[in-house]
Amino acid sequence: MKVVIIDYGAGNIKSIQFAFNRLGIEVTLSNDREDISSADRVIFPGVGEASSAMKMLKNSQLDSLIPTLKQPVFGICLGMQLMCQYTEEGKTNGLNIFETNVKRFSNNLKVPHMGWNTIRNLKSDLFETVQTNEYQYFVHSFYAELSSETIAITDYDISYSAALKKDNFYGVQFHPEKSGAAGEQILKNFIEIKS
Amino acid sequence: MLTKRIIPCLDVKNGRTVKGINFKGLRDAGDPVMLAKKYAEDGADELVFLDISATEERRKTLIEMVLKVAEEINIPFTVGGGISSVEDVDMLLQNGADKISMNSSIIKNPTLIDKVSNKYGNQCVVAAIDAKQINKKWQVFSSGGNIPTELNLFDWAQEAEQRGAGEILFTSMDHDGTKNGYANEALSELNDLLTIPVIASGGAGNIQHFSDAFKIGNADAALAASIFHFGEIEIQTLKKELQLQQIPIRYENKL
Repeated sequence: MKVVIIDYGAGNIKSIQFAFNRLGIEVTLSNDREDISSADRVIFPGVGEASSAMKMLKNSQLDSLIPTLKQPVFGICLGMQLMCQYTEEGKTNGLNIFETNVKRFSNNLKVPHMGWNTIRNLKSDLFETVQTNEYQYFVHSFYAELSSETIAITDYDISYSAALKKDNFYGVQFHPEKSGAAGEQILKNFIEIKS
Repeated sequence: MLTKRIIPCLDVKNGRTVKGINFKGLRDAGDPVMLAKKYAEDGADELVFLDISATEERRKTLIEMVLKVAEEINIPFTVGGGISSVEDVDMLLQNGADKISMNSSIIKNPTLIDKVSNKYGNQCVVAAIDAKQINKKWQVFSSGGNIPTELNLFDWAQEAEQRGAGEILFTSMDHDGTKNGYANEALSELNDLLTIPVIASGGAGNIQHFSDAFKIGNADAALAASIFHFGEIEIQTLKKELQLQQIPIRYENKL
């Protein structure tokens, strides 16, 4: 199986690569359109600021490619947020895959929302054998609202989408690559998802 | 619910852990990767590696270590010690560090916080502050606590937040090494003042001290070194007890 991590310059993607390697899954990094299109599984990571990440995607012309992919695609953290319609961070339009908007947490809260929090209302093969209220590691200041595409919920003052799914597109707000054994299970499930 | 974090801190010198680590069942007690693995398995929520080496080879050995840790460890980790430029940060993040902790370098050059935060986001910038109470004022020290500065803890922490730090790691020099508990009053004041998470450091000697840092100091995370290294407190035991005290904690009973 060919697994490609989209490498468009957004932050630390080594840890995602290493997490797959620990599971015995080989992954390659690429920003090449053909390479990405021909993969069996595509990982779309992202750390940093939304509007600059969107610019980097546009520079490598990946913004037009990603929404057309037919194989399972997995957005992680900012990757998931960029798959949404619009984000308040940098007032940026996203890839418009998920019909969800991304907002900033209230000023009354400690932001970034940083640390281990639970996920509940798990609704997809992505969470096969993952128990409700399992802990995952989060680091983010913006959140995707709840919608019909929500497949996991986390509570931090408000309830928001910890994960989204539409057709072959999956996204998680947390960092499964940094979330111990429970996170590794989710990475494994994504690879094993039926396409 | 977001849980309070327990963070073991490992001092490393030339790629090896120091401060005498005493664990049963570890073949090589000086290997930071093996130690990190054990902590991750025991339920540590994050790890901090503090590099205290002073050789010219420093950078190379640190990067090698960071890469090995990133390969093996499935929880987040922070690297600190002598990081003084955006290039230093580039190297460490590219090799798999999740966060960078800076102390003296940002006192000398506060705009470094802005630069790193603009490039990578505030989630990876930890502003570490060492401070000591003198005439009822919390004075900030640089260079591993050796050089007094004009800065006041609370003002400096606020400035760091405004410049783009994503977390404050506050070490009370008055409490560090005493095992008499964290500086809970100062922690509580910091937590009222700031909107970013605060990590308590310095003074942990028993389980109650962690509980106090969370309940009285309102800290988001608590860091400790020797009590973990010498097995005085097992992380599992600590987390179980904190959970019994109704503190939100990530605890999975492995027995």
